[in-house]
Amino acid sequence: QVEQVKLLDRFSTSNKSLTGTLYLTATHLLFIDSSQRETWILHHHIAAVEKLPLTTSGCPLVIQCKNFRIVHFVVPRERDCHDIYNSLLQLSRTAKYEELYAFSYNPKQNESEQVKGWQLIDLAEEYKRMGVPNAYWQLSDANRDYKICETYPRELYVPRTASKPIIVGSSKFRSKGRFPVLSYYHKNKEAAICRCSQPLSGFSARCLEDEHMLQAISKANPSNRYMYVMDTRPKLNAMANRAAGKGYENEDNYSNIRFQFVGIENIHVMRSSLQKLLEVSGTRGLSVNDFLSGLENSGWLRHVKAVLDAAVFLAKAIAVESASVLVHCSDGWDRTSQVCSLGALLLDSYYRTIKGFMVLIEKDWISFGHKFSDRCCQLDGDPKEISPVFTQFLESVWNLTEQFPQAFEYNEAFLLQIHEHVHSCQFGNFLGNCQKEREELKLKEKTYSLWPFLLAEQKKYQNPLYNPDFSPELTLLEPNTVSFNFKFWRNMYHQFDRSMHPRQSVFSLIMNTSEQNKQLEEDIKELEAKIKQRNGQSDVVLVKEQEPTAHPTPVALKTPPCFQKEQPPLPVNDAVRTIEGSNTADNRYSELVSEFSKAEPAVVSLEYGVARMTC
Amino acid sequence: MEFAELIKTPRADNVALHRPFHAAVEGTLCLTGHHLIFSSRRRDNAEELWLLHSNIDSIDKRFVGSLGTIVIKCKDLRIIQLDIPGMEECLNIASSIEALSTLDSVTLMYPFFYRPMFEVLEDGWSSFLLEQEFELLSSVTNEWRLSCVNKDFSVCPSYPAVVIVPKSVDDEALRKVALFRHGGRFPVLSYYHRKNGMAMLRSSQPLTGTNGRRCKEDEKLINATLRSGRRGFVIDTRPLNVAQQARAKGGGFEQEVHYPQWRRIHKYIERFNILQESFIKLVEACNDQSHNMDRWLSKLEASNWLTHIKELLTAACLAAQCIDREGASVLVHGSEGTDSTLQVTSLAQIILDPRCRTIRGFQALVVREWLQAGHPFQQRCAQSAYSNSKQKWEAPVFLLFLECVWQIHRQFPCSFEFNEQFLILLFEHAYASQFGTFLGNNENERAKLKLPQKTMSLWSWVNRPEELSRFQNPLYEANSLVIWPSVAPQSLQLWEGVFLRWNRPSKFLEEAEEERINIIKYNKELQAKVNALRQQLAEMEAGEEGQEN
Repeated sequence: QVEQVKLLDRFSTSNKSLTGTLYLTATHLLFIDSSQRETWILHHHIAAVEKLPLTTSGCPLVIQCKNFRIVHFVVPRERDCHDIYNSLLQLSRTAKYEELYAFSYNPKQNESEQVKGWQLIDLAEEYKRMGVPNAYWQLSDANRDYKICETYPRELYVPRTASKPIIVGSSKFRSKGRFPVLSYYHKNKEAAICRCSQPLSGFSARCLEDEHMLQAISKANPSNRYMYVMDTRPKLNAMANRAAGKGYENEDNYSNIRFQFVGIENIHVMRSSLQKLLEVSGTRGLSVNDFLSGLENSGWLRHVKAVLDAAVFLAKAIAVESASVLVHCSDGWDRTSQVCSLGALLLDSYYRTIKGFMVLIEKDWISFGHKFSDRCCQLDGDPKEISPVFTQFLESVWNLTEQFPQAFEYNEAFLLQIHEHVHSCQFGNFLGNCQKEREELKLKEKTYSLWPFLLAEQKKYQNPLYNPDFSPELTLLEPNTVSFNFKFWRNMYHQFDRSMHPRQSVFSLIMNTSEQNKQLEEDIKELEAKIKQRNGQSDVVLVKEQEPTAHPTPVALKTPPCFQKEQPPLPVNDAVRTIEGSNTADNRYSELVSEFSKAEPAVVSLEYGVARMTC
Repeated sequence: MEFAELIKTPRADNVALHRPFHAAVEGTLCLTGHHLIFSSRRRDNAEELWLLHSNIDSIDKRFVGSLGTIVIKCKDLRIIQLDIPGMEECLNIASSIEALSTLDSVTLMYPFFYRPMFEVLEDGWSSFLLEQEFELLSSVTNEWRLSCVNKDFSVCPSYPAVVIVPKSVDDEALRKVALFRHGGRFPVLSYYHRKNGMAMLRSSQPLTGTNGRRCKEDEKLINATLRSGRRGFVIDTRPLNVAQQARAKGGGFEQEVHYPQWRRIHKYIERFNILQESFIKLVEACNDQSHNMDRWLSKLEASNWLTHIKELLTAACLAAQCIDREGASVLVHGSEGTDSTLQVTSLAQIILDPRCRTIRGFQALVVREWLQAGHPFQQRCAQSAYSNSKQKWEAPVFLLFLECVWQIHRQFPCSFEFNEQFLILLFEHAYASQFGTFLGNNENERAKLKLPQKTMSLWSWVNRPEELSRFQNPLYEANSLVIWPSVAPQSLQLWEGVFLRWNRPSKFLEEAEEERINIIKYNKELQAKVNALRQQLAEMEAGEEGQEN
């Protein structure tokens, strides 16, 4: 506990600050300012701590978080600052999984609730929903004991004609043993999205089993003879890999394949791209042109566009040509996960529902071994393994929700909350790098699943504009990927910089109104029943008011109410979110007149609360 | 002049109309004196396009064999293409359009020929008189008076016949001040902040020249707006060096020695051809669908458009801050006081005055601060982003103002009674219209053209209930607060409703907007119903109690 600590506004150049007390708990850093507002920061969210040179007012400490929050403290005494700094360094760098928050987090659920929570998302169910197994595809037990591929799940779907020797042979010809398996099956087109890693082709090597494997995939599609092989890497990178005995498919060796590069950059490029983006957006007194050129130089939007373009290519191959597509990159767990999951999202409206999106993440990201632990730096590890691949996926989805405001059951808050928890290590879902590792950690016994908690508070995540009939089942969502459609995601990268956001939110107003409408509908029913009761036998309905005009039926959620009991819905994170009223409206034009009195423009906080609406 | 002389081929058949995101339509093209009319022949889905010639910004023609193609670029930024069979027809039509869209005489413009098909409920020409404004002002303060010193437009040709000035300054003094200010634009009241009695004045630059000429009456006039012992701020929309250079040409700025109670702030706002170039570049960037991300962003940057928006908003916030936060009076001017000055004073009012955020109040603001204040609409809006003329007087000054309002609207979406469509409507009508409202460069010209007698006012049309309902913001809830927008680059956005309007499919966005409106409407219906039921129940209960008793 350190008192008299100042919290500076990140973007203000006038040295305005809040004074308060800083506490360190086992899991969080807590700052309580003089007006008793609390700022909670989870240690796991801390990406970097930096001590700046001593100033007259004290020792500045800058904390950067994985959810893009940046806090700037000034600690009066250097010794305290040093102590905090060292403690935070230790606390934010965990060496063992067992020390992560998820293992100590106790949401007061009993054991059966915990088990049920983990059963909420059932991938076997999901494959059934897609229509497999069927005449062409079957469940393979080849990897039941993780013998063929450690980073794949136990249950894998492969073409019926792919025998075990073919699978084994093919897996030996693929990086990390990640042989081609089914990711998504489009039952109307009978076409499949398959995924794998790069072939170990080098300059000339070939593998008959692998060739058979691909042939089996294309034969498993009765409506189209050829299949696409999408290498999501830039051609140059793929060619360079040949020197290391890896590479890409030679069209001459595989029958009926159409090979295509789509040019998404690797994790290192993405990491530095985001780094550049954050540097620019974090600049004080940023000019429009510096912002735009910074945005351009970071390449971030270009990368997001590349990912979405690849997904559109994939989805069109399936929906328009009924062709199956095999997607890979190098190891098949980063770009491949992005493209496969986004492609499926464009093809299948189920993934645009709250439950469906959870399923999609469980399937293409968690079960297929996207290395969440390494990419999100859950444990103190190699900084070169960190990369915002999943963030980029969420951003692509957000771009789609902007273009199709009525196509998604979930809203932006849902995406942001998932992003928060991918890094929070509060729930077991995203811990570790693959399913095998998760089983060894006994996560299902020792930690809780995030999804039931999100479902329990799904009201917050519903899109009030959602129209379930927006697109008929299995029709393609065709986004426009002209450059001007891609925007900087302010609510992600400046989520905690309140002064940058609109002071009145259409979104929350519509949310509340739509919520209130449901309540009013209930009230009307109740009142009508009462009136009817009073009218006794005479069944005359006296109300002459016209019926409200036809209105889309409220979104009926198909998800089972697993956790109806009052769960304290993520108390910690709620606290983290609610402190954001603390920034005054510092809009930076005040600095033009240096001698202006220090009074800031009063906060014009007009956010619509529910209270306001229920007049 | 007869329009018929200009129309050699009044009609062409089998013309194909191409628009982005629409299937091509075949039909008949007709030319009239003021319109280009295209009607499709398809019986099932007859479609008509009426385009005002004055909306046409530029026209290109090319030929493939005997098939001619005309590409028409409009001032509202739309681009359409017409394929016309027959070389002669095509040439005739192209030259007619060219001639008809560039008529130089104002009196030949459509507003002089337009006969409204609606009943006029309220004559818009007399909806917003300064006298009414003054009456409102008199109810809160008696420090101001209405002056008719300019009744024959001789003191200041670009000012209206009546202006509001400090009570303590007489007309004789005003005449002297007018001689000391560029174009005779002496300081007049632009806005009175009821909350603290502070005033915003606007004028043109003082004519101090190189030898530091002064004018006691000018000093007295603006000092009359100060509380004793308090200072005021002069916001000069030019950088200091430009203001200094202006002295050589007889212009200048308020020098500290003569205006000790005033602090001068130079807040540079770009003007004229720089803005026009910026506008042209932005539209070019938005119209090219093939740009990759880097190219798009660098084009957007190179246009500088959003920089202008940020600078303008910042200046307006600064003025508003001086008045509301500092409790100081403010004088705003640039050189002529007809462009950047008006941008700043009108935007500051949007920020400060809740009245300006209503539909009627916004109309009044446009009339007061733009039309009556003498923004030369006819010069500035003669051409839009597709013009290749290098005239110096064209500039999207008003459009920039509208976009800044839109940016504030985005940040405070529940604080405005009007919606985005209303702003777009004003943009369109400022550039081409059937109404006379935006014709002429100032009140003097409008009076000479007898616009109120000979043309219809935009406000007469727009303020009819059935039109008005289209421009209402369903989310509006009046609030009396000052609304401070964020000017961080991350908070500013491209105005897609104008710049990407014709460049992308908007069906889904429109449907979503409709759904938002439905939710709000439905809410109102439900509330009404609940109230009715509650009342009914209460009546029943009362009735029962009566029976029991």
